[in-house]
Amino acid sequence: MYVAVKGGEAAIDAAHAQLADLRRGDRSVAALSLDQIRDQMALAVARVMAEGSLYDPDLAALALKQAWGDVAEAIFLVRAYRTTLPRLAATRPLDTARMVVRRRISATFKDLPGGQVLGPTFDYTHRLLDFALAAEDEPLAEPPPPAEAPLDPDMPRVTDILGADGLIEPESDPDADNPDAPVPDLTREPLTFPAGRAMRLQVLARGDEGFLLSLGYSSQRGHGGTHPFAGEIRMGEVEVEIIPEDLGFPVTIGTVTATECQMINQFQGSKTKPPQFTRGYGLVFGFNERKAMAMSLVDRALRAPDLGEPVVAPAQDEEFVLSHADVVEASGFVQHLKLPHYVDFQAELDSVRRMRRAAETGEGADS
Amino acid sequence: MTQHDSGVTFGYLDEQTKRMIRRAVLKAVAIPGYQVPFAGREMPLPYGWGTGGIQVTASIIGPDDVLKVIDQGADDTTNAVSIRRFFRRVTGVRTTEHTTEATLIQTRHRIPETPLGPDQILIYQVPIPEPLRFMEARETETRRMHALADYGVMHVKLYEDISQYGRIAKAYDYPVMVNGRYVMAPSPIPKFDNPKMHDAPFLQLFGAGREKRIYAVPPHTSVVSLDFEDHPFEVQSWDRVCDLCGADDSYLDEVVTDDAGGRLFVCSDSDYCAGRRAAGHEGPAAASAAGAALSETMTAVSREADGEGTP
Amino acid sequence: MNAAPLMEAERPLLAVSGLGKAFGARRACDDVSFDLYAGEVLGVVGESGSGKTTLLRCLSGDLTPDTGTVLYGPNGNGPGLDVHALPEGRRRLLMRTEWGYVHQNPRDGLRMGVSAGANIGERPMAVGARHYGHIRAQAADWLARVEIENDRLDDRPVTFSGGMQQRLQLARVLVNGPRLVFMDEPTGGLDVSVQARLLDLLRDLVTRLGLAAVIVTHDLAVARLLAHRLMVMKDGRAVEHGLTDQVLDDPHHPYTQLLVSSVLQA
Repeated sequence: MYVAVKGGEAAIDAAHAQLADLRRGDRSVAALSLDQIRDQMALAVARVMAEGSLYDPDLAALALKQAWGDVAEAIFLVRAYRTTLPRLAATRPLDTARMVVRRRISATFKDLPGGQVLGPTFDYTHRLLDFALAAEDEPLAEPPPPAEAPLDPDMPRVTDILGADGLIEPESDPDADNPDAPVPDLTREPLTFPAGRAMRLQVLARGDEGFLLSLGYSSQRGHGGTHPFAGEIRMGEVEVEIIPEDLGFPVTIGTVTATECQMINQFQGSKTKPPQFTRGYGLVFGFNERKAMAMSLVDRALRAPDLGEPVVAPAQDEEFVLSHADVVEASGFVQHLKLPHYVDFQAELDSVRRMRRAAETGEGADS
Repeated sequence: MTQHDSGVTFGYLDEQTKRMIRRAVLKAVAIPGYQVPFAGREMPLPYGWGTGGIQVTASIIGPDDVLKVIDQGADDTTNAVSIRRFFRRVTGVRTTEHTTEATLIQTRHRIPETPLGPDQILIYQVPIPEPLRFMEARETETRRMHALADYGVMHVKLYEDISQYGRIAKAYDYPVMVNGRYVMAPSPIPKFDNPKMHDAPFLQLFGAGREKRIYAVPPHTSVVSLDFEDHPFEVQSWDRVCDLCGADDSYLDEVVTDDAGGRLFVCSDSDYCAGRRAAGHEGPAAASAAGAALSETMTAVSREADGEGTP
Repeated sequence: MNAAPLMEAERPLLAVSGLGKAFGARRACDDVSFDLYAGEVLGVVGESGSGKTTLLRCLSGDLTPDTGTVLYGPNGNGPGLDVHALPEGRRRLLMRTEWGYVHQNPRDGLRMGVSAGANIGERPMAVGARHYGHIRAQAADWLARVEIENDRLDDRPVTFSGGMQQRLQLARVLVNGPRLVFMDEPTGGLDVSVQARLLDLLRDLVTRLGLAAVIVTHDLAVARLLAHRLMVMKDGRAVEHGLTDQVLDDPHHPYTQLLVSSVLQA
């Protein structure tokens, strides 16, 4: 017998109740605390903060818990919350040269002022499942051995070292003609094209990690290649400063963990202008080298038109990259196909039926 | 009127954002059919699910408004229910399913069958605001084409349909020329609804949240569907009437009732259909088991829409 | 007879003076001047890198030159339209009506995703043609004029050979009856036998329609067959300019002599 589909609020309420029940799972297993998520799932928290573009580890942990561990859903929750927050001040640019470094490596110089600092990294772990972690009472890990010497507080950026010799292009002001112009704000202005580098970097900084990773990878495989060297990757804590209007001087309001990547790319020059290396830049909240590196590859690829290079690959195409980088937009639009399309489908169905009827009755297309 | 959730601003958006959106709406009204970029906000509902329409509604709604939300013409589709619930919560305004009672109607994919009047505003949810998008993917180029009214490519598409299929195959989101100047996407309404846009007495606002565009058709503006002299624009028609209410002038949805070819054709506009049935009209299948089940569901939903359903 | 028609005949359709365009330190086009009269075909020859294509793109308004002007005088009176001062809308309209541009690669000049008929019909539709039957008849007529079988009207150009694609591009450009056509190596990517057929067709169409044209080519045989006058370019400069037969049979500039002799030897 035919039973009509029930829509309505009751069905939606029931769906929410089922979701909440499944999210909590087996009640005999202890519920996760936000502390646990924040400290033990710190990289997931970092990704939610980066793409949610809100630095708040506790809120990111809450979002992950509420989203049943779905990172994209957690990012969406954080974004929707962020947009309701008042805008109190704009910070000064982060000075990553003054970062309290936990990890700092360069692929371009064997040694350099401040040295290489391996720090916490998966890089040289052998990817073998550690079944010791599966034990109920996970043994406390040995604390790391103390450093032989304190880190050198002076760690100049590799690009600054090259820049002193003029070997790399200077970092240009995004609005060189008008240095006092406010930096555009992606969350307060519509994205239009050409977007300019300041806007581009904002989109990339909160862009979907998987999308940027694939684009960066495609540029390495020759689709808009830029011959990159990882000049420097550094991760650590960096101070955030604002200048309150009534004080007129900078005040530190806290620190954030950030990962910065400076890619050194293929040189450019001419008879009149000696060759210089070019830059690609990546900066993300939290510890996320993969994202910072991918971002710097894509940033450099997107500079192709500014550097007089032909735009031939997706990674170089500003409109393509920026229009499709946002996980909240992409996820919403892909999934909106779940919504009813009865009316449009009926329209198509009607069209196809008419055309098929016309074909059957021999009424040719050549009308 | 019920009290709105005091934890959130009336209409959810902060006043600064509402002003920004109202400015965009005013500009859109001043330049009929022109897509105005606006700094769309992230809403607590996903992109592609009506965030553009929701932001427009949230910016113009007042405490005395009466809101109707439809999806596919019906008040009972889950997303319409969800959006209606959102506005009830963040504004406390009265909601209705009766087209004639509403001052604001937010819609996805339909224009109601009951003619709207000058005191009503129709707000469309728009997924892809750019009518030129599928001939030219690049925003920088499409904006230039609009600026120069360089629209030859639209007819290339229509020509191609006729040459391949014998007719213009576009069945919904059928492009229109607004005020003789801008080619506009009417959103994915069936072309059946296009004539209702022309010289309409009511204001039509279009919001595309993900693409961050707002556009408008002010009252009594010319809206012409693109066509050829020898292949004039035509709307869908059925050689049957609504199985429930017998209407012969409404857009019909096809409902599959069994796996043996059983079909019902019913009004996609649930309020129009219910109104006709209440007035005593009866369609050919109104008395059948399937027809009765369908009409029972639609009635149940209308009680919810009036706020009598589950809280 | 009054004096006006005489003056009309004397005023060039295109007056180019002091045109220059540099890319960085390289001067791709340097102080080029010439006049082109209605119905006249100018061949621009030189080896690749000599600035021919840059010149063509500056003439057609696609590139903005650093120096010089291009005046288009459609009516033979008044000072003519300054092509680079025109608003873009006017320039696009020119390109759909009185002008045409034939690309070396037909893919750059065709919409590969729609049928041959739609390709030819685009220009009439862009300037207001709204009768499907008429547009289709006009497209069919032009398809015949460029010697493509009528049953290909609804086929997409991807299914065409290179020579057919190039002929289709000609039809698409010529359908609105332009007065001035820019051609960039129109026979460039084709086999020799296909080239010969296209050249015949081109010569026939240009003569029959009374087109003015600027044809860029590195092929002196093409130039000899199509052009009334020749301009020889080297390193962005016009080193020799004259009637085609004169330039080819009695070249004055050493570079032209080299060009001509290298063809003869080959």
